[in-house]
Amino acid sequence: MSIIETFDLTKVFGSLTAVQKVSFKVDAGEIFGLLGPNGAGKTTLLMMLSTLLKPSSGSASVNGFDILRNPGKVRESIGMVFQDPSSDDILTGYENLKLHTLLYNLPRNVAEDRIRKVLELVDLSDRKDDQVKKYSGGMRRRLELARGLLHRPKVLFLDEPTLGLDPQTREHVWQYIERLVKEENVTIVVTTHYMEEADRLCDRVAIIDHGRIVVLDSPRNLKNHLGGDVVRLKVDEAQVEKLKGFSFVKRIERANGIVNLTVENVGRNLQELLKVTGDAELVEVHPSSLNDVFLYYTGRGIRPEAETPEGGWWERTVRARLNR
Amino acid sequence: MSPRKVARGLYALWYREFKVFTRERSRVVSSIVTPLFFVLILGGGLGSIVNLPGVGYQTFIYPGFLAMVVLFTSVFFGTYVVWDKRIDFLKEVLISPVARATIFTGKVLGGVTDAAIQVSILMLLGVFFGLPFNLLSVVAALFMLFLFAVGMVSLGLVIGSFMESPQGFGLIGSFVIFPMFLLSGALYPLENLPRWMAVLTHVNPVTYAVDGVRGVLLGASSHSFIFDLSIVFLFSAIMIALGTWSFNRMKV
Repeated sequence: MSIIETFDLTKVFGSLTAVQKVSFKVDAGEIFGLLGPNGAGKTTLLMMLSTLLKPSSGSASVNGFDILRNPGKVRESIGMVFQDPSSDDILTGYENLKLHTLLYNLPRNVAEDRIRKVLELVDLSDRKDDQVKKYSGGMRRRLELARGLLHRPKVLFLDEPTLGLDPQTREHVWQYIERLVKEENVTIVVTTHYMEEADRLCDRVAIIDHGRIVVLDSPRNLKNHLGGDVVRLKVDEAQVEKLKGFSFVKRIERANGIVNLTVENVGRNLQELLKVTGDAELVEVHPSSLNDVFLYYTGRGIRPEAETPEGGWWERTVRARLNR
Repeated sequence: MSPRKVARGLYALWYREFKVFTRERSRVVSSIVTPLFFVLILGGGLGSIVNLPGVGYQTFIYPGFLAMVVLFTSVFFGTYVVWDKRIDFLKEVLISPVARATIFTGKVLGGVTDAAIQVSILMLLGVFFGLPFNLLSVVAALFMLFLFAVGMVSLGLVIGSFMESPQGFGLIGSFVIFPMFLLSGALYPLENLPRWMAVLTHVNPVTYAVDGVRGVLLGASSHSFIFDLSIVFLFSAIMIALGTWSFNRMKV
């Protein structure tokens, strides 16, 4: 059963098409990833699905409710953890959560019970009465995660949930997300530009670039589609041409004097490869990753994270696109 | 939407504003101390040369400063909308099932609570400035100021819903507040003004709030209390309508 369906969803800001005719379905209980560089249109897409932004054309439904005809019902069905923390730092962690239960009209006894539970889930029980401004970045993010779960949404949107977190905290957040799906039976849509995040978490991944879905499949299928492992070589340029003769070499790409090959059965074929190329300054072999998948479909690597500029998310979205 | 849901939504918004208010004591103190300085210094300084029949100048301007504290606190309450945009807290509220009109009303209640607490304290301090007290006049004055606060908080929220930066709000806010205060008759009687000033004071809603409060507290006014109250009521009603509209179109 699809819990989210979009059809030709499009958002235009002036001369900029942020999201272009995007159609996809998300099954209930799935972790669905939207993978793409900054400014690819991921956040805009989430904003439309969560009714904060009206699409320019196309349609979408969440939990069976149309985002344009029934925005109130959609908002009752969803939770959102925003890219930037959206808790009030003058309030305590507990007060932020209590405020949330009031906004979502939870009965008082249920509310207190759930606040206790989500605080335990994110290990913040002993800090609940501290003002949020005294929290670390990771704690704040965990609080936001906890808040997104309080009202037991059918769908939880996570916009870059681990952006700017240290590796240890990131690992924690991933564990929480996985636990959530098991224990709370929510459907999760997560945007990210971290390949390993998409690979680790998602049942299916849609690669988004320039506001379009380029490809959509499970991380495993996406990687299998490349047809082998990746071999990076730094060798004499003249030798590279010869590699084209091998049937087990699926692709050859050159960048900055380094040759990237996609090779079938590396274990068996690497030796033969090196015989032809002669001495190599550099040899690296690694299993193909989503990064390679991304490279394959978009023709370039995912951009390193841009500095976070001033302005609202809209300005940031626009600017990110313009800086491309 | 059920009445219970609306009530919970209103409480949610108010709860947050009140918590913030109680944590920012310096703001409360300064908003009370500033008008007191004005009364003391302006009232003391000008009082020595101004001669009004029947009442001391400090006492005369006191109702004006009650209106001032409401005006400043209320309109600048709109900054919080801009801050909410800045810290992205507004998204958390807008993405909840609570209706925009309820969000607006909850914010108004929060702002009016701030203004009401401050003006009540200032009203009590009026004893030291020769304000004659009786229960009825105080209740009537507070009611007028409450209604006035509803209109002014709404005005602040309207401005806030359009602004992107707190600095911008400060600029526009001051641009709105100071002429409104200075042209309200808070500092001088409305009779015998130059023609251009008379016109401006008559179209200024603050004038009627000041006049009404001065009427019930000091027994000296240009219009009847009911007339003043009607004008303030009308102003607040328009501002609420405008505020609801502006919140409905507000984007994050």
